[in-house]
Amino acid sequence: MVGMTEATQTSAQNPTPVTGSRLVKRGLADMLKGGVIMDVVTAEQARIAEDAGAVAVMALERVPADIRSQGGVARMSDPDLIESIIDTVSIPVMAKARIGHFVEAQVLQHLKVDYIDESEVLSPADYANHIDKHRFDVPFVCGATNLGEALRRITEGAAMIRSKGEAGTGDVSEATKHIRTIRAQIAELQALYTAAPDALYVKAKELQAPYELVAEVARAGSLPVVMFTAGGVATPADAAMMMQLGADGVFVGSGIFKSGNPAERARAIVAATAYYDDPARIAEASRGLGEAMVGINVADLPAPHRLAERGW
Amino acid sequence: MSGSPSQHHPHDDAALPGPSAHPTVGVLALQGGVVEHVRAVESLGAHAVKVRSADDLVDPDGAPRIDALILPGGESSTVDRLCRTFGLFDSLQRVVRGGLPTLGTCAGLIMLSSEIEDPAPGQQSLGVLDVSVNRNAFGSQVASAEVELAWEGPASDVVAPGDVVRAAFIRAPEVTRAGDGVEVLARHRGAVVAVRQGSVLGISFHPELTGDTTLHRMLLEQVAARRG
Repeated sequence: MVGMTEATQTSAQNPTPVTGSRLVKRGLADMLKGGVIMDVVTAEQARIAEDAGAVAVMALERVPADIRSQGGVARMSDPDLIESIIDTVSIPVMAKARIGHFVEAQVLQHLKVDYIDESEVLSPADYANHIDKHRFDVPFVCGATNLGEALRRITEGAAMIRSKGEAGTGDVSEATKHIRTIRAQIAELQALYTAAPDALYVKAKELQAPYELVAEVARAGSLPVVMFTAGGVATPADAAMMMQLGADGVFVGSGIFKSGNPAERARAIVAATAYYDDPARIAEASRGLGEAMVGINVADLPAPHRLAERGW
Repeated sequence: MSGSPSQHHPHDDAALPGPSAHPTVGVLALQGGVVEHVRAVESLGAHAVKVRSADDLVDPDGAPRIDALILPGGESSTVDRLCRTFGLFDSLQRVVRGGLPTLGTCAGLIMLSSEIEDPAPGQQSLGVLDVSVNRNAFGSQVASAEVELAWEGPASDVVAPGDVVRAAFIRAPEVTRAGDGVEVLARHRGAVVAVRQGSVLGISFHPELTGDTTLHRMLLEQVAARRG
């Protein structure tokens, strides 16, 4: 990876573009803010998502609800499927690689996806190491349930964070828990920055993250990358709640195409995400959408079936 | 347009009666890289307000409440849909046509254009800048890059030909046709990436991500020129 400082040293007479820099990787995530990223399993669904106002689509073979119900090992999608979706839509296309599966990531970069999601929704390929994301020009988004996990992923090169929630359930409670946890931990660091900056060394140890990154978060009061929320968002009000809790945007997985009227629901979630602070518009968006996905209560899920516990 | 927009300052009338030395810049804030433009504007001593509805943009008589407008980067098809669904499209068109100094970056350039060669299904543009654009001309994200652009455009107090503008191209569009009266301000690898037509500036890239405020200063220069 080539950093921004090197870019600024190039001569304007010889303006060599610098690709894959931290700035351009994080920059695409900045342009997705306030938007909805939708899981799609066919080119037709991708077209519906684009038409509804999605800022990007996540191309995959099975939505998390089906991965959950069908079981088995879940892997990167077929390149034919991913390419058909890239060819169909004009908005950014993301795709998932298994945790630690750097060759799936190489393949996805070769296919020119716009973002790779190193995702706990797929079966992990490595129970010790995540992908070294600095080695890629394509940016990565990674899941996190708490601040330490988010900072470890950023250290490995993630350019965007996705609070995990519990994918494929339609139950927003875990998404709520994870974003609240991350925001509360950031607020705690921010308070220490003025009150007791020397305590940040111990905080770095507790968070198992580099001191410099911990101090950066404490100083800024926010992550250095964009954070979306995922995992259980099924209604316009769910999406708006995540935004009010401080998310920069939302991923909707099974919630759209496992519902009764995907196109209407997709448009409604886009509207509620943009106008998250306007109850009248959220109410309007919520009318007459038909059946939401049936869903599963996370409390009824046995611990081994909880995807959010994958990744560390 | 009659009447100076500088007389409509809902946000600083109390503090600064009369035409203000600190212009108010509205940033369309439905989706995308909004806060980066707000910071850039504020770093120059101007006032930034988020525009989220037609009421934020114009008063009941239809006069702009702001001195300048920024259409930020984001996903142009998403912002277009939201503008049309929530009644902002016509007001935006009216204030830009009325001469409100306007800067569109990336998706904002696409929204300003008169023709999108590769629109998303049903996507529309405001048609206030006589250019055609290709939304994904520079390719996918792996082609996104930081570039030092050599400025071509006419000299002003802010920038002179040959000056360097630090640009980030993120899945960037290209201007494929510039109509009569459209000045080309910069090119990247032969492709037109910055243009001006009257009070409307359109650029393919993101100076707000690199911290380069040249374009924001040009926008404020136009506000000052309009006030005489």
